[in-house]
Formats: sequence, C-alpha cells, structure tokens
Amino acid sequence: MFTEIVRVAWRSIRANKMRSFLTMLGIIIGVMAVVLSSAIGLSAKAGVTQQVENLGSNVLTIMPGAASSGGISRGFGTASTLTTKDVTAIQQQDPDVEYVAPLVSTNQQVVYGSNNTNTAIEGTTAAYQQIKNLTMAEGSFFTQTEVDNASNVAVLGSDAEQTLFEGDFGSPIGKTIQIGGVPFTVVGVAASQGSSGFSNADDAIAIPITTATNLFTGSDTVNEILASATSSSTMDQAQLEIESTLRVAHQLTPSESDDFQITNQATILSALSGVDRILTLLLDGISAISLLVGGIGIMNIMLVSVTERTREIGIRKAIGARKSVISTQFLLESLMLSVSGALIGLIVSAIGTEVVSKITKYGNLLSPVAVVASILFSIAIGIVFGVYPARKAANLKPIDALRFE
Amino acid sequence: MTMDETAAGRASQPLIVIRDLVREYEIGGQIIRALDGVNLQISRGEFVAIMGPSGSGKSTMMNMIGCLDTPTSGQYVIDGFNVDNLSEDQLAALRNEKIGFVFQNFNLLPKTTALENVELPMMYAGVPGRVRRQRAMEALERVGLADRMHNRPNELSGGQQQRVSIARALVNNPVLILADEPTGALDSRTTEDILKLFEELHQQGNTIVIVTHEDEVGRHAKRIVRFRDGKVELDTTSHEEAGVLGRVH
Repeated sequence: MFTEIVRVAWRSIRANKMRSFLTMLGIIIGVMAVVLSSAIGLSAKAGVTQQVENLGSNVLTIMPGAASSGGISRGFGTASTLTTKDVTAIQQQDPDVEYVAPLVSTNQQVVYGSNNTNTAIEGTTAAYQQIKNLTMAEGSFFTQTEVDNASNVAVLGSDAEQTLFEGDFGSPIGKTIQIGGVPFTVVGVAASQGSSGFSNADDAIAIPITTATNLFTGSDTVNEILASATSSSTMDQAQLEIESTLRVAHQLTPSESDDFQITNQATILSALSGVDRILTLLLDGISAISLLVGGIGIMNIMLVSVTERTREIGIRKAIGARKSVISTQFLLESLMLSVSGALIGLIVSAIGTEVVSKITKYGNLLSPVAVVASILFSIAIGIVFGVYPARKAANLKPIDALRFE
Repeated sequence: MTMDETAAGRASQPLIVIRDLVREYEIGGQIIRALDGVNLQISRGEFVAIMGPSGSGKSTMMNMIGCLDTPTSGQYVIDGFNVDNLSEDQLAALRNEKIGFVFQNFNLLPKTTALENVELPMMYAGVPGRVRRQRAMEALERVGLADRMHNRPNELSGGQQQRVSIARALVNNPVLILADEPTGALDSRTTEDILKLFEELHQQGNTIVIVTHEDEVGRHAKRIVRFRDGKVELDTTSHEEAGVLGRVH
C-alpha cells in the first residue's frame, strides 16, 4: 500500500508542474545558499592558508617608528630609525631568529632593449629568499658573496621579467638590463608569489643591498627588516628578543616607547579570516532564513492542495481510507517537494562550485557536510511544514468533505 | 457488542437494526433534530428505497446507514457491529468492508483510470496488487465496461461513470450497497439502464438501499421507507405503496 501512496503523492506533484516547481524554488534557493556559503567560507580559508604559506608562516616584519614633526606623529614607517647595524645585532644576539634580511626600497626606471618600466627595486641580502620562501623559476637568487662585493646583479619578479623581456625569446639569465642607468646582470627570475595584501611582489626587482645603498640611497638606513623565527612556535619569543635587542641598540630608556613596530603577518591574516568567518555566519543566517521561507511556501501550497482536494479526501475516506493513510499521503507530498527541491538545489550548486573551482583553482569546494546538512534540513522542513496540512486533511469529516464543492 | 458475532449467528440476524435513532445538529446556536427516533430493520437481500421530500432526514439517514456519521442517541447495528462506540478509523474499516457507496455525482477520482478507481477500496483493504487488478477487471466486466477500463472519468459518459462507481461499490463484496440519488445526474434512458443494473444486482442476492426523491426510482425497489420530519412516515412493500399512491391520487 505504501508504494501506492507514494505514487499518488508523486502524481499530484506532477499534475501541477509549475506550481510544484515554484514551491520547490524556495528550497532550491535555500540549499544553494547553504552550499555556496560553505564553499565561500572554505575558499576564504584556503586562500588565507595559502597566503600564510606564501609569506612563510613565521615571518616578522619590523618597520621604523613614527617620525614626528611639531608634535604630530606621522605614523609608523615614516622615521628612519632602522639601520643595517640593527640587522647585524638581531642576527648575532637573538637565538630564536633564524634569518634576518634588511630591505631598502626605491623606485627606478628599468630598461631592457626597447622595453622599459618604472618599478620597485628592493635592496636586500641572500636571506631574503629563505624568509620569503621564494622559489626560482629560472637561475638562482644572488649570493652573500655578491652582496658583500656589491655586485650589479638582479633577480626579477615574474611580472617584471614579463614586462622587460616581452617579445624576447630565450632565457633572460645573463642578459644585461639598465636600472637607473646602471647596467645589471640578471641572475634569476622568481616564481610568481601572487599579490599578497598591498603590494605586488611579482613586479619588484631584487638587488644586493650594498649595491642599492651605493647607487641609489646612499645611507645605511633601511625601510624594513624581515626576520623569520626558527619555527612558528618560537615566534612570540623571537618577537620579544628582537624588541629588546632593538631597544638596546637604539638606546631607549624604559620610559620611552618603541621607535619601531614589529608585526606578525600571520596575526594580520587571522584577523582577515575572522572577517571571513563573520561573512560565512551572515550567509548561513541568510540561507537558514531562505530555507525557512521555502518551508512556509511548501506549507502554504499544501494547505491550498488540501482545500482543492477536499472532495478527493472525502471520497477516499468514504471508501475506507484511514486517517493515517490520508496524512501519510500529504506528508509524503510535502517531503517529496522539499527533498526534490534540495536535490535540484544541490545539482545546481555542484555545477556552480565546479565552475568556480575552475576559476579559483582551489578545487571543488562542495562540502560533504553542507550536502548532508541541506538534505537533512530539507527533510526536516518537509515534515515540519507538512504535518499541519496533513493533519488538516486527515481530520476532515467524510460527510463534510463529500459535500464540498 | 452483545450480538452473536459468529458468521452463522450474524447471518440469522437482520442486516441492519436501527432503534430510537436520533441525530441532532447545531447550526448557528440552534439545535436541529434531523432524525427524531427512527426504528428500522433491513434484512439481507432486500431492495429498499428511502424516500421523502428534502429536509425529511433521508440524507442524514443515508449518512447514518453508511457509517459516515454517528448518532446523537439510539442504536445502529450493521452486520452485527454496533456503530455507536467505534473510532473514526474503525468506522473507516467498517465502511471499507461492509458498504459499497454509489453517489449522485459518481465521486470518482479525477485523473485516475476506471480500473484504478475500482481498485481503490481493495487498496485500503490491503488486497495485494495482482489480485486487486484481477478483481477490479472482473467488476468492470460485470457492469459492462470491459472496454473502458483505462479511460479516465472525464473520458466517460455520465452513465459509464456511474457504472464505474457501481463496480467500485461491488468490488469488496460488501454486505450492503448504499446509493444516494444514483440517477440524479443522469438522463431518463441512462437512468433506466442503471436501475436495471441495480435490479440485476438485487437478483444476484445483494442488499441494496437507495436514497432518492424520484418515484420513478422508488418504483424499482421492493420496499419503500418514506421519511417526513425526521421520522419514518410509511414503510411499505412496493405493491402496497402503489396502492397507497393510487388511493391518494
């Protein structure tokens, strides 16, 4: 008998195709919202994780303090309090720091053949490669010897390489480019790191810090110091060591505040991922509400259906259908609507996430948890919002129902 | 239930025993007494017409006999079962097993073939699928619709639809066939065909109760029970009735 009830319910859904589809639409949209919000959450997480890995998960950035003019602080990074001596001090004194690299930045005109570009020139040391976790697409990073000798060698970011060597086939390694009118030999091209946050590292060109100081900046102040801790668990320790080293080196009395700022990239990123969490929560809220609205839509249509089919219910009851048979029939109809809605929603979102995964390269983020959750949730909705109409149908008095026009 | 419930015991009893049956309705705060102390017995194999003007209580009587409604007071026993203290589901089972309904407006399920309509009571009785189909086909053949089994109600004429509903009424082998104005929606020629079918069923031993206000229909019955103001006014066999009518006119 159960299969007959299923058939009757299915037939009634098919008899009103448009109406059934519109009823399901609420659930379809709700399920898509559930799946897509979890996919967005996952991809944001994957993105953050990837960025942390790109940065090197244990990198500390030391920026100079704020210069003040007339008592007005101009913000961190404006003063020139960091020098190459600080780098040496950190290197020698702080046991939990593995690599330290200074960074001096300047913008210069760079020319190769008929191509030219104005881009960031970063003067640094060989440790930079380790700290930034740089992999080389071609050639190699410059060596400490080349830094010590202040050689005119350059490592290109992948975008810088493409701009300069556009239309030039063959390896750029060994070619000579002009930076600020001075010839440099290209020794390496870094693999793309992707833009992280505010600047595009792929556009930059790295040269030995000694060369940069000699040719362009002319002083031993540095714009930034990058340090990596020995492991991610010693980061806090490393940060404290650097702070005390720099306070001693800068001869700060205990009443003076730091004239530098140490930031921990992972902290910034975890703050960013906190924003993602709020976004995901918001989307979850929206999807829960749209599923709820979908459920109310189902109840509405089921009530219409009960009224429309009052006579049919009367016939069935007169002929001998028990209450449970009638209520099962309507409950099943509501369940079929909600579950088919969920399945259609899942199919559409599976296609959607597949397309998105092709674009973002994070892989298909259709989460099994979201799939199972939305199926279970839609079953619950089908039951919860189907019970009232089903009971209403089952409790109709056969004589009243038969007389209904 | 105090009745003897063995099959033989039941067979020796009248099929329907109604004692002091009262049914009251409350409409707009006013109590209306639709049935006012009815006493009636119907034996197995009878062909009875329940007649009366509208408002006489004959429709309420039909709902009572059909177990679609329960009395306010009094007793109704069908085939040994006292209807008084049965739950809604037990009433449904009783209707399914004991009574075959034929309605004025056929009351077939739309969008459902003749065969499936006839199978319906057996479905609720829990008859297995193949047996069901077989018996439904036989019932349709019996009412002369062997070639219309797979048509839907809207593809059938009024007379054919009423035949389908008679087949549906017969298919569970009920002890009573209860018809409510079965020819009310039919033209006179089809009415004659349907009434002939009822007579045939009567001759085959079925107990038939027809509720009607048409004398034409009543004339086919062997016994006429006339209602007025919620009471039995006259209870006569057909030739007596004819005589009474003869004297009145």
